[in-house]
Amino acid sequence: MNKQSLEIIINGEKYSLAVEPNRTLLEMLRDDLELTGAKEGCGEGVCGSCTVLMDGKPVRSCLTLALEASGSHVTTVEGLAQHGELDPLQQSFIDHGAVQCGFCTSGMLMGAKGLLLENPHAGAKEIRNSLSGHICRCTGYTKIVEAVESVVESSKEKR
Amino acid sequence: MKKFKYLIPKTLDEAVSLHQSHGGSAMYVAGGTDVIVKITSGKLAPDYLISLKHIDGQSQLELNTETGVFCIGGLVTHRTLEMSSVIRLQYPIIHDAVQRIGSTQIRNVATIGGNLVNAVPSADGAIPLIALDARLNIYGSTGERSVDLIHFFQGPGQTVLDRGEIVTKIIVPKQSKRTGAAYQKFGRRAAMELPLIGVGVLIILEEGSNRCAKARIALGVAAPTPIRTLSAERYLVGREITEDTLNEAGKLAAEESRVRDSVRGLAWYRREMVAVLVQRMGMKCLQRIKESEGR
Repeated sequence: MNKQSLEIIINGEKYSLAVEPNRTLLEMLRDDLELTGAKEGCGEGVCGSCTVLMDGKPVRSCLTLALEASGSHVTTVEGLAQHGELDPLQQSFIDHGAVQCGFCTSGMLMGAKGLLLENPHAGAKEIRNSLSGHICRCTGYTKIVEAVESVVESSKEKR
Repeated sequence: MKKFKYLIPKTLDEAVSLHQSHGGSAMYVAGGTDVIVKITSGKLAPDYLISLKHIDGQSQLELNTETGVFCIGGLVTHRTLEMSSVIRLQYPIIHDAVQRIGSTQIRNVATIGGNLVNAVPSADGAIPLIALDARLNIYGSTGERSVDLIHFFQGPGQTVLDRGEIVTKIIVPKQSKRTGAAYQKFGRRAAMELPLIGVGVLIILEEGSNRCAKARIALGVAAPTPIRTLSAERYLVGREITEDTLNEAGKLAAEESRVRDSVRGLAWYRREMVAVLVQRMGMKCLQRIKESEGR
């Protein structure tokens, strides 16, 4: 069937694309644009490893049709670092050893980023709640939550 | 994934006429968190997918301060409901339910209309709305009609919707002054979980006493569709609301439920939990009435 056109901003760059209607946002990002940071885990919206931000809000890119993202700003893990500097969340994940096999990491980062955009002072409970939609099969949850908490703490210190 | 054409109507009429012109091979999609999974897995195979997301005026929450009627657009996301201060303060039973549906990423896109139309026996979104006596506005080729939510469900995955009809609004009638309502989703995990049982209780007290003027007890996963347990509700009306009377109502509700064994839990356990949770939610109703009177 015919491709349909799509205007989208990904990590600050504008794209005019033509995609098959049944292409998911995740497939488009990974296979068409070679942005392979977002991972396909379960493919049915359960595991959270495909999480990207759509207009600042975390969504499952495996459940989102590329066409549904038309007109929106999408941020993937590749867009987190700014001007060659890691996002504080990325640095904190490294500092806290919050990465084991790494498969869930990009999703965790984007979920955490979405939370902190909405609430920069999120507490431990909110962080846990918010990341509860992400599965880490290495079970490194404690380190991940600590990494996010530490970003919240250091942003408080800066004020 | 199966191939299909993706259509983006801008109005309800356009959506309905697109659906009509493509007959049985067309499907509506809103948030897509159920539909896309079902297409990927081959359970659904539409040739045309009609997105409802770009239709104006369907994703608002409106509390009419004169009439007290609360109106929820069919395309309102669970996240919007979760974050709404009107819901947290005045309809906490809805907040109880929506904050534990799926995950943040799911709630950001999944819509309340979609939750209802899916008609799964466990629909967390439906139980609080049934307890609140909500009605649905439905739009189709013959115009608009209205259905009580409790009569909307016909079986697992089955509703009274005719082909091509769209749930446009959920109407929650004015609440009496001394209303308390609470919902508990009972499952094993906090995220991405379907409940073993879902219990919603609403209690309205008479002025100046703890006597029950009206009661609603709605259950999810207790039958093929969401249900109300009428004998338990009738038992409470006119009685003082106490731990004991709620205990009795819980037993009656458990007897009335039509729970069954499934992979998530056994019927006997579900029945016991209905009794426990009806009482617990009833007490929470009392507490919430007290809190609202203290404000």
